[in-house]
Amino acid sequence: MEAIDPFVSLFGIFVLAVFVGYYVVWNVTPALHTPLMSVTNAISSVIVVGAILAVGVGALASGSVVAMIFGFLALILASINIFGGFMVTSRMLAMYKKKDK
Amino acid sequence: MSANFAALLYLVSGALFIMALRGLSSPATSRQGNMYGMVGMAIAILTTLATMHLSPMVIGLVALGLGIGAVIGGTAAKKIAMTAMPQLVAAFHSLVGLAAVFVALAAFYAPEAFHIVVDGLIQPISRIEMSLGAAIGAITFTGSIIAFLKLDGRMSGAPIMLPGRHVINIALGVALVACIVLFYMSPVWLWFWLIIAISLALGFLLIVPIGGADMPVVVSMLNSYSGWAAAGIGFTLHNTALIITGALVGSSGAILSYIMCKGMNRSFVSVILGGFGGESAGPAAQGEAKPVKQGSAEDAAFIMKNAASVIIVPGYGMAVAQAQHALREMGDHLKKEGVSVKYAIHPVAGRMPGHMNVLLAEANVPYDEVFELEDINSDFGQADVAFVIGANDVTNPSAKDDPQSPIYGMPVLEVWKAKTVMFIKRGMSSGYAGVDNPLFWRDNTMMLFGDAKKMTEGINKAMD
Repeated sequence: MEAIDPFVSLFGIFVLAVFVGYYVVWNVTPALHTPLMSVTNAISSVIVVGAILAVGVGALASGSVVAMIFGFLALILASINIFGGFMVTSRMLAMYKKKDK
Repeated sequence: MSANFAALLYLVSGALFIMALRGLSSPATSRQGNMYGMVGMAIAILTTLATMHLSPMVIGLVALGLGIGAVIGGTAAKKIAMTAMPQLVAAFHSLVGLAAVFVALAAFYAPEAFHIVVDGLIQPISRIEMSLGAAIGAITFTGSIIAFLKLDGRMSGAPIMLPGRHVINIALGVALVACIVLFYMSPVWLWFWLIIAISLALGFLLIVPIGGADMPVVVSMLNSYSGWAAAGIGFTLHNTALIITGALVGSSGAILSYIMCKGMNRSFVSVILGGFGGESAGPAAQGEAKPVKQGSAEDAAFIMKNAASVIIVPGYGMAVAQAQHALREMGDHLKKEGVSVKYAIHPVAGRMPGHMNVLLAEANVPYDEVFELEDINSDFGQADVAFVIGANDVTNPSAKDDPQSPIYGMPVLEVWKAKTVMFIKRGMSSGYAGVDNPLFWRDNTMMLFGDAKKMTEGINKAMD
């Protein structure tokens, strides 16, 4: 048998992660659905890794300037999300309090 | 840093993101969960930087980008009113979508940097991955912009129906698939830019016909799309953190869309096809002739003070009037009088999942006084007063007993079982579904006409 294509193993991770997401999210209490959306929004900004790679490559002498510009724009957008998303989530979560006993 | 070690660190960051969502299963563990998310993000960013050749210029650019993001994102997060969370989340979704498009474009213009070049061309599997990432990202981008404009009131919340829109959408969908196939066969810029352009148009056209009351579904759906876009890019970059996150976010948004559709008893397809909630001006008129029992803030205060238990049902109107703080004060007054106070939340109350819970939390309502529909519906029979503030359709008994009603079958809060039902409303208009609520004309219903906040403050004054 020939070697397994890396795509297949990545796809395996993807499918398993969909299942993990399915079970984990059903356990989220409905009271926290808004923070759930803001935190998922923040973590999906991990797309920033692609943006940083593009900035790094574009800056090389041989690299593509166009790629760097797109990378830099993506970096700004993703960073807004990262900081905004996590901060607004923690602001919301700080408000959820139990009854004083 | 070796590529293998970096891959392991990305896996750690993916695992931390799973823990972040796990933390949200209860308010007590949620803050820790958010912390896991931040650590995961920091690991992902630092790992990426550690694998790169860092020239001063790169360091400068990355720092600048992160800095700009921190200032804009941080300011938005601090300043935003809790009532405006739905539009903030929609705006954030649009940014993820556009970032996905930009990263896909960067990968297209510098494929060698992303190790996706074979024989001088972008390898075939990557062509599919980046097309999908860019297409879903672009749909998320324009779709979220429209959702933002509608939620923010800068665009009418009424559905906008273009003639022949289904034909247009199907044609665009077919063209999109054709362009992806053409890009797969020959990876040239024309097809790639066409994929993006068509997807941008599709995102716009898909969301424009959807009405304001269906926004909880739309926001959840766009949340899901932003995840799938990230996953598509993750495949292009061979990055496990991105793939895991994309899958998590994608399924999370899909589950929320499902919960919201169930809360309205509507199919996902009918929401997407749009047009619901456009005719609210029509059928309301016939009701005006019947007499309703109208009350004042003093009447309401008197009845509630002498009650043993009150259940408060907040809706979007409370958010619009910013009445949550006045409402909590009212709750405090009642508790001082020895009245039991509970809050009942319908799954689709407000403009996004969990919207009411956040507002009540903001007003310092303890979360153990707030109940979901299934948990509280049986309590209305024993309650003396159901106090409905800014909600309408979610309390409509027609959903239970009138098969002709457009909202028939929707799960509703059975407020009519309480001894007295109070409605704070601006007027007699029907709700978003455009249906009359027969409760308004019942003998045990008292209508409190006015702004939700002013009326609640009036009740507070009367209780002093």
